Amino acid sequence: MKRKFKVQMLFWGLLALVVASCKSGTGDSPEPEPTGPTPLTWSKPSHFPDPVYDLSKNTMTEEGVELGRFLFYDGILSRTGNIGCGTCHQPAAAFTHHGHDLSHGVDDRVGVRNSPSVQNLAWNTSFFWDGGVHHLDLVPPAPIENPVEMDETLSNILEKLRNTGKAGSNSKVNYPKLFQKAYGTEEINSERMLKAMSQFMMTLVSATSRYDYYVQGDQNALNSQEKEGLSIFQQKCASCHTGTLFTDHSFRNNGLSPNRIDDKGRSAITLDVTDDYKFKVPSLRNVGLTAPYMHDGRFYSLEEVLDHYANNQNSSKLSVIEVSPTLDPLLLQDPSRPGIRISTAEKLALIAFLRTLNDEQFTKDPRHADPGVGNAF
Amino acid sequence: MKFSIRIFLASICAVFAMVLVSCDNNMAPLEPQASTGSLKLEFDNVVGDRDLKLDTDFYTNAAGERFNITAFNYYISNIKLIKSDGSSFTLPQDSSYFLVRENDIASQVLDLKNIPVGEYTGVEFMVGVDSLRSVSDASNRKGVLDPGYSEVMYWSWNSGYIFMKMEGTSESINTANGKYYFHIGLFGGLEKATLNNIKTVRVDFAGKKASVTGTMAPQVHLLADAMKVMNGSTVVSVAATPVVMASDYSKNVADNYINMFSLDHIHAN
Repeated sequence: MKRKFKVQMLFWGLLALVVASCKSGTGDSPEPEPTGPTPLTWSKPSHFPDPVYDLSKNTMTEEGVELGRFLFYDGILSRTGNIGCGTCHQPAAAFTHHGHDLSHGVDDRVGVRNSPSVQNLAWNTSFFWDGGVHHLDLVPPAPIENPVEMDETLSNILEKLRNTGKAGSNSKVNYPKLFQKAYGTEEINSERMLKAMSQFMMTLVSATSRYDYYVQGDQNALNSQEKEGLSIFQQKCASCHTGTLFTDHSFRNNGLSPNRIDDKGRSAITLDVTDDYKFKVPSLRNVGLTAPYMHDGRFYSLEEVLDHYANNQNSSKLSVIEVSPTLDPLLLQDPSRPGIRISTAEKLALIAFLRTLNDEQFTKDPRHADPGVGNAF
Repeated sequence: MKFSIRIFLASICAVFAMVLVSCDNNMAPLEPQASTGSLKLEFDNVVGDRDLKLDTDFYTNAAGERFNITAFNYYISNIKLIKSDGSSFTLPQDSSYFLVRENDIASQVLDLKNIPVGEYTGVEFMVGVDSLRSVSDASNRKGVLDPGYSEVMYWSWNSGYIFMKMEGTSESINTANGKYYFHIGLFGGLEKATLNNIKTVRVDFAGKKASVTGTMAPQVHLLADAMKVMNGSTVVSVAATPVVMASDYSKNVADNYINMFSLDHIHAN
């Protein structure tokens, strides 16, 4: 028995040695931080589908999200230092540019498309009106490098961020410190920057509108007109604005006449004429807060939008559905009269319903707000 | 008693073996017995039979246009070395992305490490970046693929890499600045199949060999003839198409430049 004990001692002793030698061999493992970033569990709303974004490649932490929030709002991302993401994606307007048909970026240069909502991007299969970007991590470089938006380069931003930690910097924020909190070291590189921004954008989930309470069982969350609107919506709108996210993520030509710059949308990406004048079907969540509407912001109210689809020219814009080879077939079910038959009473009910998708818990969530580094105008 | 100790010792051995195996990944590799070496792949940019000189030199293309070149850059990736018996060695993908730039001499020599010892008779590579990298998350975009790299050739709006960039001027071009811009990319799309300009090029060493040994690190000197970007199955005119970017026409330019590579010579060491 005693001998067995000795053998056991020998065993554990040797094992310890092996393990120790093994550890010293791994010279590249970073020193553990005394207090590392705090893991954050992202969970999807129970009535939502599984997200598209793969969080296993970007572990969310409270400090990572916070870093992303600073980066999202800070004008340091622009050449002129005053245009942040939050300039054209403001929380109160569900992260769109309130009241702007097109946005103005650096030096008040005017963009070509209406600022899309930065919400529920976890479920997006592609990004922007034309779907030109395939991964959430690679979304920020598009507005950053666009000459009429932020007109900056990613490499220059990384340099500016590194310099915020140095003496003489006039930045309110010490980014090397924020990167250290998020990632354990002060190193600033594009992967860290882009993933922190993805982390913040992943938290921008709108799932607490009155409609959400209704679908989760609260029959009183909608009134009778809103319920009627929902029923009309399901018959006349939901083939494109599908499901929980109110989009099927497809690209369609909804009959808008070509604008002054003849923006052909999706076909600029696919080089396919059958995609001419097709644009992303946007989610309708918070649609009551995101006016103006359409890819170029040509409609200022939901009434004008519905008048366009109904194609009966009630509103001042006199919009007519333009029949072209790529017009969506759903708008051409009756070739003698394109559009969707929607009566005046139905329009009122539809708009009442659409407003139940407004989610003020989302738009007023202080965790999403500018931490004091942005410019909104 | 004895028997149980024996079993016990055996189990100790087993546990040690397991620990050592799991340990192995993290420990320094054993001294290689000269099973690998290195090989340098040099890209020497020329224009026809002349050396490429940025800005200063003018050349004449098949369309009869006099032009100069102010930038000439391309991605080389997914490199595969071919042996005489037809077998091949594909470099690990992560260490197989290079951006050759005419204005940076260091970028023109691709230092390929950990190449199995052997005699190589050809090389295959992609001009551009494979589609998988073009749609992956930020962690798969390092080095020359990093969108934050100052020299990266990347379209942020039509997310993907520019495989080949050639720019310059010509008196034949009737635009305000007289410049031409060939930015050739497009990897084939994700949600929908689109134009795919990823080209794989194979250069046979035509009887010559690059012998990689523990001590011999051969240098394979390739030529890349920028004239062939314009002169090929399509005669590209800088006056007719001064801007070729994300368009159908870019296919013609890509089909031209796949023929611009050839072997010049091999240094044994």
